[in-house]
Amino acid sequence: MADSALDVSQLSRRFDQRQILDHLDLCVAPGELVAIVGESGSGKSTLLNLIAGLDTPDAGKILISGQDLAVLDDDARTRLRRARLGFVFQSFHILPHLRVGQNIELPLVLLGVAAGERQQRVAELLAAVGLADRAASLPRELSGGELQRVAVARALVHRPVLVLADEPTGNLDAETAAMVMRLLVTQIRERGAAGVLVTHSAAAAALADRALLLSQGRLHPQNLAVG
Amino acid sequence: MLWIWWQLIIRYAWTYRLRSAVQVLAITVGVALGYAVSLINTAALAEFNAALREINGEADAVIEGSRAGFDEQLYARVASDPGVQLASPVLATDVLVAGSADEYPPRLTVLGIDVLRAAPLSPTLMGDASLSGEREASRFAIFGDGILLSPSALERFKLQVGDSLTVQAGSGTVELKVRGTLPGVRPGSLLGVMDLGFAQWRLGALGRLTRIDLRLADGVSLETLRARLALPPGVNLAGPDATGARLANLSRAYRVNLNVLALVALFTGGFLVFSLQAQATLARRAQFAWLRAAGLERGQLKRLLIAEALAIGAVGSLCGLFAGAAIAQAALTALGGDLGGGYFNVTRPALGFPLLTAAGFAVLGVLAAVAGSYLPAHEAAHTPPAAALHAGGEEDVLRPLGRIWPGLVLLGVAAVLLSLPPVSGVPVPAYLAIAAILIGAIALQPRIARLLSRPLADWLQHARVGTRAPTLLLAANRMVQAPGAAAIAMAGIVASFGLMVAMGTMVSSFRGTLDGWLVQVLPADLYARVGLSMTDAWLSPADMQRIRTHPGVLRVEFSRATPLQLAADRAAVVVVARTIDATDPGAALPLVGRPLAWQPDQPPPVWVSEAMVDLYGARVGGILHLPLAGGLHPFIVLGVWRDYARQFGSVAMRAEDYQRITGDSTRTDAAIWLRPGVRAADVSRDLLQTLDSREVIELRAPAEIRALSLRIFDRSFAVTYVLEAAAILIGMIGVAATFSSQAMARSREFGMLRHIGVTRGQILRVLALEGALATLNAIVVGLLAGLVIALVLIRVVNPQSFHWSMQLIVPLELIAGLIAALLVCATGTAAIAGRRATGSSPLRAVHEDW
Ligand SMILES: Nc1ncnc2c1ncn2[C@@H]1O[C@H](COP(=O)(O)OP(=O)(O)OP(=O)(O)O)[C@@H](O)[C@H]1O
Ligand SMILES: [Mg+2]
Repeated sequence: MADSALDVSQLSRRFDQRQILDHLDLCVAPGELVAIVGESGSGKSTLLNLIAGLDTPDAGKILISGQDLAVLDDDARTRLRRARLGFVFQSFHILPHLRVGQNIELPLVLLGVAAGERQQRVAELLAAVGLADRAASLPRELSGGELQRVAVARALVHRPVLVLADEPTGNLDAETAAMVMRLLVTQIRERGAAGVLVTHSAAAAALADRALLLSQGRLHPQNLAVG
Repeated sequence: MLWIWWQLIIRYAWTYRLRSAVQVLAITVGVALGYAVSLINTAALAEFNAALREINGEADAVIEGSRAGFDEQLYARVASDPGVQLASPVLATDVLVAGSADEYPPRLTVLGIDVLRAAPLSPTLMGDASLSGEREASRFAIFGDGILLSPSALERFKLQVGDSLTVQAGSGTVELKVRGTLPGVRPGSLLGVMDLGFAQWRLGALGRLTRIDLRLADGVSLETLRARLALPPGVNLAGPDATGARLANLSRAYRVNLNVLALVALFTGGFLVFSLQAQATLARRAQFAWLRAAGLERGQLKRLLIAEALAIGAVGSLCGLFAGAAIAQAALTALGGDLGGGYFNVTRPALGFPLLTAAGFAVLGVLAAVAGSYLPAHEAAHTPPAAALHAGGEEDVLRPLGRIWPGLVLLGVAAVLLSLPPVSGVPVPAYLAIAAILIGAIALQPRIARLLSRPLADWLQHARVGTRAPTLLLAANRMVQAPGAAAIAMAGIVASFGLMVAMGTMVSSFRGTLDGWLVQVLPADLYARVGLSMTDAWLSPADMQRIRTHPGVLRVEFSRATPLQLAADRAAVVVVARTIDATDPGAALPLVGRPLAWQPDQPPPVWVSEAMVDLYGARVGGILHLPLAGGLHPFIVLGVWRDYARQFGSVAMRAEDYQRITGDSTRTDAAIWLRPGVRAADVSRDLLQTLDSREVIELRAPAEIRALSLRIFDRSFAVTYVLEAAAILIGMIGVAATFSSQAMARSREFGMLRHIGVTRGQILRVLALEGALATLNAIVVGLLAGLVIALVLIRVVNPQSFHWSMQLIVPLELIAGLIAALLVCATGTAAIAGRRATGSSPLRAVHEDW
C-alpha cells in the first residue's frame, strides 16, 4: 500500500505548563484534503509547525510520505520541505524584491530545475491562478487577493505532496476569500496533492474532503453540514 | 507631552545599544582626530613662537635679512635714527658641532650679540657664568672665544662648562670654550651665545649681520621708520611677530592638509550616522505611521528624529574631545610637534586645551550627526502613514535616493568650485569640491548599482549558474530591486574608500614623481655638501682643487646655494648658482614645459621653480629682480623647473652670472663624476681624510640621498595613513552595523524563505553575496570618485598649497589590496550579521500568521 501523504501519531506538544497538543493522531491520504477548524489558541498553527518540521514535538511521530521527520537534521528537514511541501500563509510573504514570476519560480530554482522548464511551469501556474499577464509586475503593484493567488501558485509550482495552509484567506474580504479558497482547493485537487487547511470559515471547510475540530489537544471529526 | 516620544527614542537606543554605540563612536572618532590634530598644531606653533620670543627678547621690531645677512654698516645708520631708542645687532647662524657621532648631527644655533646692547632686550641670553669658575661678571664671560650654551645643548653634545668644542665655520673649523650656561633658555632648544665681533670673525661673516633688534622711541610707527630707513633689497623691517607669522605661513598648507584629513574622518562619521539613522527610521516606519495616525504632527516627528541625532552628536562629541586630548598627548610624545612633517625644530611642546577650539569641534560633531540624520527624518515625516503601514513598501521610501539629478547637480557644483582660486593660500574651494564629488557619487550610487546588477540578474535568470546557485540569483535580484537599501549601507564605505584611493593615489604619485625627479637631478656618482644653512660654511679653494684633482674623479660641477629673503612674511627663496648651458638648460634642470632661448642682449637668464610662479608671480619671458650683493638685479626668466627640495621657491642661475654680480666665488655643493671602475666609497674615504672641511662635509652617493629623501617623505606621510585608516575603520564598522540592522529588519523575509525550503546556510550565503555585491558596487563608485578626487588633489590642491606639480601614478597594488580587504570584511560582516538575524527560529519570524 502506498504511504500516506501525512501520518501523525500520538503527537504531543506543551508550552510552559499547558498541554496544547495531546497524543494527537492524523492521517492524510495522497490527494486528500483535510480542513482543520478550532478556537483561537487551540493549537492549529502549532500543529502545522510540527508537521512542517519547524518545531519539535515533545512526543509522537510525524511521517511525510513515509519519511520520519524525527530522524532528520535541520538541513535535511529543510530539503524535505523544499521538495514535498507547499505553504500558504495568512500574510502573503511574497518577496518584495522579486517580480511575481520570479517569486513563483523560487521553489523551482531552489530545487535546481533548469531555466526552460521553470519558465514553462511558472507560465502554467500563472495562467491557472488567472495572473498570466502579471509575471513581470512587482509585488507592491498587486492587490491582496492577487498576492495571495501568487502565494497559491508558489505553493504548488514544485508539485508538492502536501500543501499546508494556515488561514490563507484571513487577510482578505469575504468575497475575495471565497474566490481564493476555491482556487486553492481546485488547484490542490487538480495537481493531486494532499492538503491540510486551517480555516475559520465553515464554507471553506466544506470544500474539503473531511473537516476536523481541534479541541483539548486532539482532533475530532466534524459534521460538515453543521460546520 | 513630547517626553513620551522622547521615552520612545531612549528605549529604542537602549534596545539597539550596539547600533547607537556605533553611531556615537563614529562621531567620537571624527571629533577626536580633528581636535587632536588641531591641538598639536596649536601647541607646536605656540612652542615655536615662545622659542622665538626667547631669542628675540623684548624687541619692538626686527630688521632682518636672510641668513646670508646684510652689511653691518646698516647698523650704524639704524642706531643713529631718532626713531630708534635702542638697537642690538645680531649674527645668527647654524653650525655643526664636529665630532658628533650622529649620522645626521643636530644643528647648534649660535647667536653673536653685542652684550651691552642685547642685555636690555634679550635678558635670557645673558647667561649665568657663576659656573664658569672664573669670577668675572657673567655678561663678560663670552668675550673672546667663549660661548654660553643652553642646558639642552650641553646635554646633547655631552659638554660641561670649561670644555672646549669644535664647530665648523667657513671652510674650516673653530675651537670655542664653553664659559657658562643659559639657564633661562627653554628645555629642548640647542642654543649658543657668543660675542658678536668674535662670531663675525671666526664664523666667516666679517662685517655682516643677520638681524638688528630694535626698541623704538615712543610714538614711532613701523611704517614711518621703514620709509625713513630705506632698507636695502632683501632686508625687511617687521614687527616682533613676523617670524612667527612666516613659520605659520610656511607650515600652513601642511597643517590645513592634516586638518582636512582629520575632518574626513568626521565626514565619514556623518555618513555612518546617515546610514544607521536611515536604517533605524525605516525599521520604525510602522511605529511612526501609527504615531502619526494617533496625532503626532509631521513637524513634531521630524523634530523628534533630529533631537535623536542631536543626542548622538552631543554624546559623540563629548567623548571625542576627551579622546582627542589623549590622542594629542600620545602623538606629541611619540612623533613630536610637526607629526613628522619636518617643519618645526621643536622638541616637546606643551599642550593647552583651548575652550573655543573644543567648542568648535563639538559643534562640528553635532552638525555631522544632524546632517546625517536630516534626510531620513525628513522622509519619515513626509511618508503618508497609510503607505508606511502597508508592508513591503520600504523601497518606496528609498525611491528618492534613486533620483539622478541631485548627484549630477553636486558634480556640477564641484566643477564650478574647481575653477575658483585658493583663499589666502589654502585651496578651500578645491576641498569643498572634493566633498561635493563624494556626496554626488554617493547620491548616484543606487542608480549605478541598478545599472550594474541588472545585466547580472538577467543573465543569472536564464543561465545554468543561476539554477545551480539560487543564492546568487536572489542576491542579484535584491540589488536590482532594492538598490537604495544597499546604497544606505554603503555610503560610509564609498566615502572612506574613495578618499583612501584618492590619498593613496596622491601619495603614490608624489612619491613616484619625487623618485623620478631625484634620479633626474642626481646624475653624478657622488655629492658633497658643506654646511646646513648655506651661509655658514663653504668649500675652500684648496678643497675644491683637492676634489678636482683626485685621481678617481673624472669631472666635478660646483654650485652655490644662497638664501634670499624676498618677502618678510614668506620663507626665504634659494638661489642656486651652477653650471647651466643656456642653450640646453634641460640637461641640468628638470624643466616643466618648453624653455625660451636666451638672446645675448637680454639680462642674465634664470630658471625658476614652480613655487616662484605661484608665490611671486614669476613667468616665463618676464623679468625677475633679485636682491643680490646689496642691490636689485634684473634677470630674465627663461623656464620653469620642478624643485621638490625647496617648497618655498628657488631660482637657478648660471654660476658665471652669479659670480660676476656678487663677486662670491665660494661653492657649497659639488657633483662628482667618477672614472670608470672607481668606487664612490673609496673616493669619499680619501676625501674625508684630506679635505679641510672634513669635519663638516657631507659626502653621499645618489642612492643614499634618494633613500634618505624617500624615508623623510614616508615619515611625513605616515600620519596621513593613520588618519585614512581611521576613516576606513569607521566605514567598516558602519557596514557591520547597517548590515546587521538590515538583516534584523528582514527576519520575516528570511523566515518565509526557511518555510519554502531555503536552508540557513543558503540564507547566510545570500546575505554574504548581497554584501559582496553591494561592496563591489561601492568599490566601483568609490574607485571612480577616488580617482577623480586624486586628480583634484594632484592638479589643484597640491599646486595651490605646496606649489608642486606631479604625474598621476595609480598605486595598483595598494588599491587591489584595499579592495580585497574590503570585500572580505564586508562579506564576512554581512554573513555574521545574518547569523544573528537568522539565529531565531523561522517560527518567531512569521509568528503573527501561524
Ligand atoms: N512559542 C510559543 N511559546 C509559548 N506558547 C506558545 C508558543 N506558540 C504558541 N503558543 C501557545 O499555544 C497555544 C496555541 O497557539 P496556536 O498559535 O497554535 O493557536 P491557533 O489555534 O493557531 O490560534 P489562532 O486561531 O488564533 O491562530 C496558544 O495559547 C499560544 O499562546
Ligand atoms: Mg494560528
